Formats: sequence, structure tokens, C-alpha cells
Amino acid sequence: MSTLVRDRTRVQPAPPAVREPRRRPSRRTLLLASAAVIWILGFLVLHGTSTLPLPASELTDLHRSLNQFNAWVAANRADNPVFLYVFTPLRAAVDAVANLFITTFAASSTGLRLPEIGWLGTVGLLGWIAFSIGNARVALLTVAVFTFFGLQGLFLEATYTFALVLTAVLLTLLIGIPLGVLAGVYGRVAKVITPVLDFMQTLPTFVYLAPLALIFLIGPASAVIATVIYAAPPVIRLTEHGIRAIPENTREASDSLGTTGLQRLVTLQLPMARRTIVMGINQSTMAALSMVTIAALIAAPGLGQVVVRALQSLDVGTAVNAGLSIVLLAIVLDRVTTAASRRADPGTARNRRVSRRTRYILLGITLVLALAMVQFSRTMLWAAAFPKDLNIGPVIVQAVASASQWMQTNLSLFTVSFREAVTTGILNPFQSLLTDTPFFILVAVIAIAAYALGGWKLAALTTACLGVIIYLGLWSDSMVTLAGTLVATAVVMVLGVIFGVAMGRSERVDQIMRPLLDAGQTMPAFVYLVPFLGLFGATRFTAIIAGIIYAAPVAIKITADGIAAISPTVVEAAVASGSTPWQVITKVQLPMARQTLALAANQGLIYVLAMVVVGALVGAGGLGYDVVAGFVQSALFGKGLAAGVAIVFLGILLDRMTQAAAATPVRKIPSTKSTAT
Amino acid sequence: MKKAGLLLKRTVPAVAGAVAAALLLAGCGGASVNQVAAATGAAEAPCGSVNVAMNAWVGYTANAAVYSYVAKNKLGCTVVQKDLNEQISWQGFASGEVDVVMENWGHDDLVKQYITDQKVAVDAGPTGNEGHIGWYVPPWMAEKYPDITDGKNLNKYASMFATSESGGKGQVLDGDPAFVTNDEALVKNLNLDYKVVFSGSEAALIQSFRTAQQNKTALLGYFYEPQWFLSEVPLKKVKLPDWTEGCDANAEKVACDYPTYTLNKVISKKFADSGSPAAKLAKGFKWTNEDQNAVATDIQGGMTPEAAAKKWVDAHQQVVASWLN
Repeated sequence: MSTLVRDRTRVQPAPPAVREPRRRPSRRTLLLASAAVIWILGFLVLHGTSTLPLPASELTDLHRSLNQFNAWVAANRADNPVFLYVFTPLRAAVDAVANLFITTFAASSTGLRLPEIGWLGTVGLLGWIAFSIGNARVALLTVAVFTFFGLQGLFLEATYTFALVLTAVLLTLLIGIPLGVLAGVYGRVAKVITPVLDFMQTLPTFVYLAPLALIFLIGPASAVIATVIYAAPPVIRLTEHGIRAIPENTREASDSLGTTGLQRLVTLQLPMARRTIVMGINQSTMAALSMVTIAALIAAPGLGQVVVRALQSLDVGTAVNAGLSIVLLAIVLDRVTTAASRRADPGTARNRRVSRRTRYILLGITLVLALAMVQFSRTMLWAAAFPKDLNIGPVIVQAVASASQWMQTNLSLFTVSFREAVTTGILNPFQSLLTDTPFFILVAVIAIAAYALGGWKLAALTTACLGVIIYLGLWSDSMVTLAGTLVATAVVMVLGVIFGVAMGRSERVDQIMRPLLDAGQTMPAFVYLVPFLGLFGATRFTAIIAGIIYAAPVAIKITADGIAAISPTVVEAAVASGSTPWQVITKVQLPMARQTLALAANQGLIYVLAMVVVGALVGAGGLGYDVVAGFVQSALFGKGLAAGVAIVFLGILLDRMTQAAAATPVRKIPSTKSTAT
Repeated sequence: MKKAGLLLKRTVPAVAGAVAAALLLAGCGGASVNQVAAATGAAEAPCGSVNVAMNAWVGYTANAAVYSYVAKNKLGCTVVQKDLNEQISWQGFASGEVDVVMENWGHDDLVKQYITDQKVAVDAGPTGNEGHIGWYVPPWMAEKYPDITDGKNLNKYASMFATSESGGKGQVLDGDPAFVTNDEALVKNLNLDYKVVFSGSEAALIQSFRTAQQNKTALLGYFYEPQWFLSEVPLKKVKLPDWTEGCDANAEKVACDYPTYTLNKVISKKFADSGSPAAKLAKGFKWTNEDQNAVATDIQGGMTPEAAAKKWVDAHQQVVASWLN
């Protein structure tokens, strides 16, 4: 107690940073300050020289040679053994699985016939499955939501999307769980896999959409393969983590009984990791849903197509109707898999309300009911195709459209002037600070900053990343992207601190905010683009807003957890010694959560960067535009590929630098504590 | 061991259920609606199903809507429409995902790749529409600044077209990045003090031009004919250096206006050889710019594409009959 009071009196006159041991931080601050001075001087003196611009229509030799890939695939598709024996059979196999589910739930692949199981059967069967792997509540939710799809007039689209997600998740698990097990059991495999997973997760989805469509041709097969690439990392990581997290002594106990490796895996490791693995399935399912939506661009049928069409005709009503379906589907998938993971927890088996026996009886009865519904849907037309008269879709579309029309006519003066103010006041000056400074100055500035944050190793890494970007010929575009990303991240951090502190300090605010944040995170990015497009038009500003919405929830959550994790005695002590709430926040809670804040900034940056390409659909320039243009214009294919790689390297650079910034306070906090006590 | 046992116990009913379901499906499948639907379908539909690519501009939608309506209602085909970008649609010819592209704008590189080299697609003849792409200004500007319609004078007016997105230069507003465009190269090769900014879609382009005319604000943008919007706001074309054969061969070096496009239909080789009446319809389809604009205007006015197509088809029975024979 006394130390804390003493601490506070010393804190009051000066911010904590000044009080810390002088040697290391002051050198770091000095370096960072000199980097800033070099940057400003370089910008002012050498303004506009050596900026390495590359007009959008121009290509470098590297891009042209990447373009050759396109021609090469076209020339070799028919007779190259790689295509003959690997790609074409793979495509056929994936197509077969996808078609199996599509014909079961949505429609036969030609669209000529009704699905094998009509809407009533689908609702019944899926409800029963939700009941058997989850509980009655999620079963009810499933039934309600799938019926609502019918009411929205989107049952067919929703089941197409569901069938593709199902296919992708099954294939993901088929590949992901064995890989995760291998990585969990053998450290060496983990070492090889982890960087690959990192790469897969930073690579923008659009980048591999184009080459995949080239190799596997457009259609459900490439959509599923792209989705598997996107959705596999979470389940691999969590499976590995689940197996690795089993306490050493438990393992030793089993070893001392003389179990072999396989026995250990089957009887100990897999059962104990089951909960974590199911959590991985949950994460992968959510990822799969958001990717299947985007895969509409390569002819994946379903809700994504409706959203794409709405994006193109600026039809906010239709977009919101389809978006609602996607969000509801996301909620169902999330809740059902979460319920399944709870059930998978070995502890829950003991304290269930219904006995095993009753449950079996219930399962049996409901199964009969579900099968009856399936049978109905196969024999009665009203149960096969959702009745058209029960369609409230147009009502939703109309209501939303008129609401958005009203907003556009009445708020446009406000939204446009706000957009203009932000763009000319903040975004443009900052962007020109990055794009108009000579590249060598910026490389030096970033290298010095990296050295200050993380030593020689980090400086070398960042310089290498920037070197790759220059080699790819996309320096100027990368700086445009960097400007947008940093502005968006700054806003994300402001939101993160405001809401994070509010949530961390109050249980009630947390309870209100958390479901909203969850919704923000589960909603595929594609969906909320359209309303903002209506309000702000296709500009960089709109893209930044999209990035903020995508990234803010994660930053807020991390900050809230960090604030909540601060020992309550510290806060109580500060309050007892007469600090105002504002003082508690600024002098105690935020400084103590500094490391968490840096982590939030790190995650915020990575999330914003992930949105960069999607943002290009609504007006962001830079690398995102290159990727989108490369996807739709075959002459720009190579450039788009290069831009995708540039985004990855930009991501690595930002990630490592913010991680280093997050790591340094660790060294300082103990030292502060030691001086204080 | 016990855990594995539990797992097994829980899986058994699920598996049993699945097996029961499978048996039920196999056993009771006899009189399913599906087969009834297929049977009735087979009676009127010798043509099976057609996959129509849907590119994202309303003129295309008009063509595709009329084609789909006739194929569905006169020939009894099942029409599957797929929203795809222009160039991506062509990839569908190879995979079987796309049978018909109803309005193709040139694309010499794709013609070479898919028609000449890979032989997966064939030219199904002109649509009867003539396409023009170019740079346009709203009519009030052409009145107030008569010399603005000559591309040589554009630099003089560059500052007027500047926006917060164009980085101090004049703005050339483009549509979807997927549309046929040389604008980036034109700006550079004609030494124009302009920057190309993408609005993202045809709808956004139209909205921008409409606002520009209403509020008398400056706007220079990419646009094209046939296009229903020109009857609402008669945009004025800006003259760029004339197109000559081969002047646009190298996409990076283009310094001339867009050519006149004879718009045509492209269908997949497999579909063309199938003898389907829908393939014959695709080859026969031919109409005028006025026809397309009429349908497009209806669609834009809030009609569903299908209703707009029905209205046109009902009024032009003879034209439709000539396509089918």
C-alpha cells in the first residue's frame, strides 16, 4: 500500500516514461526522433524525387514474366502431366463432393431439378443434426433461421452457400486435423508448418483467387479449394495447440503405463484436445463462410452472388437482405459449433440435466420427425420448393432501399463534407508524406525506427521487406496502401482505447458491447460495404471505414481484456488514495495495459491490412486496386500477383515492428516495479 | 478407453440415423416430386439447361434477360444465370460453367486464347448493336465550354475536374475496373494532367453523371453506348485522337480513341455442337440499339429483368420468331 502511494506521488508530476531508467529508452527515443527528423527533412528538401511511381497501366518486366503464367496454363492444360494427373482429377473430385451437397440441399447442378431434400426436409434434418451435436436451443435456432431464409426469398441461395461451406469445412478437417496432429506430436513438423500458416493468413484472399481460377477453372471446385486454403490455418493451429497443451505429467503418467505412441494419441491426446479441436472447427467454419461469399467472384453460387450483384447496381436493399442471410447463417454455424465444443468438453458430461437415456429417446423421436419431414419434402411440392407466397424478401428490400434513399438524400451533405474534410485534412497530407518522400529516405527512416524498436535483426528484416517491395516495382502503390492502413489503424486504436477502457471498467458495458463486437467479427466484410458505398461513394475514405469496422472489434476486445486483467487491488489503491476516474485511467490502467495496447495495435494493423483488397472494391487505390484489377484484367494479371506478394511483405514488416514495440515494455515494467518496491 | 467408448456411443445413433435416412431416401424415393418434375420437364424441354454469364452493365442485362426469357418460355430450357466479370466469364467456357456470353466488347486477346488457340468457344455472330466507348462530359459543360469536347483542350480545364481523390490533377471517372478500358494509358500517353479514379460500377458512374448535370458540377468520365442513360442525360463525347488499325495493339502504349465495337455473342464450343435449340437462339439473336435501350430503361425504372424482357418480347413477336427459325 505504502509503495503505491509513494508511487502515485511520484507519478503525479511527470508521466511514467520519464521516471524510468534513463539509458535505454532515451536512446530509443533519440533514434526515433532522429528518424522523424530525417523523414521530414527528406520530404521537404527532396520532395517528389525518387518516388518510384508506376502508373496503373504500366508493367515492369517482372509483371510481364508473371503474365506468362497465364499463357503457360492455357497452353499446358490439355497435355501437361501435372494437369492430367493432379489438377484435373483434384478438380473433378472436389466438384463431385460439392455437387453431392448441392444436389442434396439446393438444386441439381444443372438447376433443372429440385434438390434431393426439399426445404422442409432440409430444415428438419439440419435441426436434428444441431440437436444431436449441440442442444435443443441451437436446434431451434437452426430451424428458425433456415425457415427465415425461405421467407426472405433466399432459400435456394442460402442452401447453395451452406452446401459449399459444408464441402469446404469437410475437406478442411480432412486435411487440417491430421496436419494439426502431426504438428502437435512432432515439433519439427510444427516448425515447418507455422511460417506457411502465417503466410497463408496474411496473403489476401483475392490474390490466390485469380491463379486458382486459372488452374482449376471457375466454378464450385475452385471456390471450395480457395476456401480450404483460407479456412485451414485455424483448425491446424488449434489442433496443434490442443495436443501441445496437455500437461507434461499427464503424458508421463500415461507413458509410465507403457502406452505406445499411437495408443497415447488415441486414448490420451486426442480426447483431451477434443474441446480445442472443436473450437478450431468453429473458427474454420466461420472463415469458410466469409470466403465462400467472396468466391462468388469466381462463379461460386449462393448468397455472395446476390451481394456482388447488389454492389454493382448500388442496390442497398438487396444487399442488406442477402447480408442478413449471411449474418444469420454465420450465427447458426457459430452457435451450433460452439454448443458442440461445449458438449465435447469432458467435464460437461457429468452435470447434464437430462439423463443419457432420456436424451437417446428424445434423439430417436426427433429423428423420426425429421425423416418424416424429409419424406414430405420429397413427395409434396409445397414442402420441396419454398412457397412463393410466403416471401417477405421484397418488403425487406423495399424498406431498406427507401431508408437508404432517405439517408442518401438527407445526409449526403453531411457525409460528403465529412468525407472531404477527412480526406483533404488528414488522409491526403499523410499519404503525400509517404508517397512524395524519396524511397531511400523512407527505407532509412524505417530501418532506424526498426533498429530502435528491435535491434539489428529487425532493422535487417524490415530493410529486406522493403527491398522486396521495390523489386516488385510497387513502391508507390505500397506507400498509398500504407497511408490508408495507418490512418485506419490510428482510428481503430482510438476506438479500442475508448470502448476497451469502458468495457474493462464496467461489467455491464462489457455485456452490452460483446455481442455487438461478435456480430461485427462474424459478418463477412463483403456485406457492409454496400451501405457505406451508398453513403460515401467509392473513395479511399469508404475503404478506410470498412477497414475500421473490420478491425475495431478485435482491438476493443484485446484492450478490454487487458484493462480487466489489471489487478483490482492496484486500481482500488489508486482510488483510495484519491485519484479521479480520469487519473485512474490515464495514470494507472492505460500505462499498466501498455503491452496489451501494443498487441491490440498489432492485431488492428493486421486486420486492417486484410481488408485492404476488399476495400479496393469500394475505391481504395494502391496495392488493393492492383490486386483487384489483376483479377479482372488478364493484361494486369502479373501485376496483381506481385501486388498480393507486396501486401504480404508489408504485413510482415508491420507485424514484426509492432510486435517489437509490444515486446519492449516487458523489459521495462519489471524494472519499474523493482525500483518502486 | 472410457472416453473413446463414450465417443463411440454417441456416434452410433448418428450413424444409425444417417443409414436410416439413406434407406428411407432409397426406399421411398419412388414417387418423389423430383422425378415428376424431371418427367414433366423432359416433355417440354429438349434443350436442357443453359448457363448464361451475367456481366455487370444494364445493357448486357437487357440482352441476357430477353435471351433467357425466350429460352425459358419458348424453348422450355432451364436458364442458369451467373454473375461474373467480363474476362472471368471467358474462363467459364473452358470449365463448362458458362455457355453463353450475350454481349462481348472486342477482347482480341481472349478471342485468340479461347476461340483460336483453345477452341473452347465460338463466335455466335453480332448482336446487332454497335458499341462506342469514350470520355464524356455532362451536356451543361459542353454548352458552357464549347472547346472542352476536343481532347487537346483537356489540360486547360484539368484544375476544374480536380477532386479529393485525384491528387491535385483532374479526375477521369471510370467504372468497374473489369470493364474494357485504356484510360490509364491514355492519360499517360496523351500527356494529360489527369488521374483515373474508379467509381466501381456502372450504377455509380450513372449516379455521378446525373448529379453532375443536376448540380452543374464538373465531371469527366468513361461512358459507352448503347446506353439507356444517354436518353435521360445526353452526355457529350470528348474527341480523342482517331482510332487507326493497330493503334491499340499494345495496351501500355495506347494513345488513340477506342474503336467502334461490333458487339457479338460468344458461346461455348460444346454448347454450339450440342444442337440445343438454345444455341440456335443464341446465334439468331439480333436486335437494335433502340430495342436494347427500351429494355434497359424498363429494368432501370424498377421492372425485374424478366418482366421487362416479357414486355419487349410480347411487343416484338415477329423478331423473336425470326431468331428461332
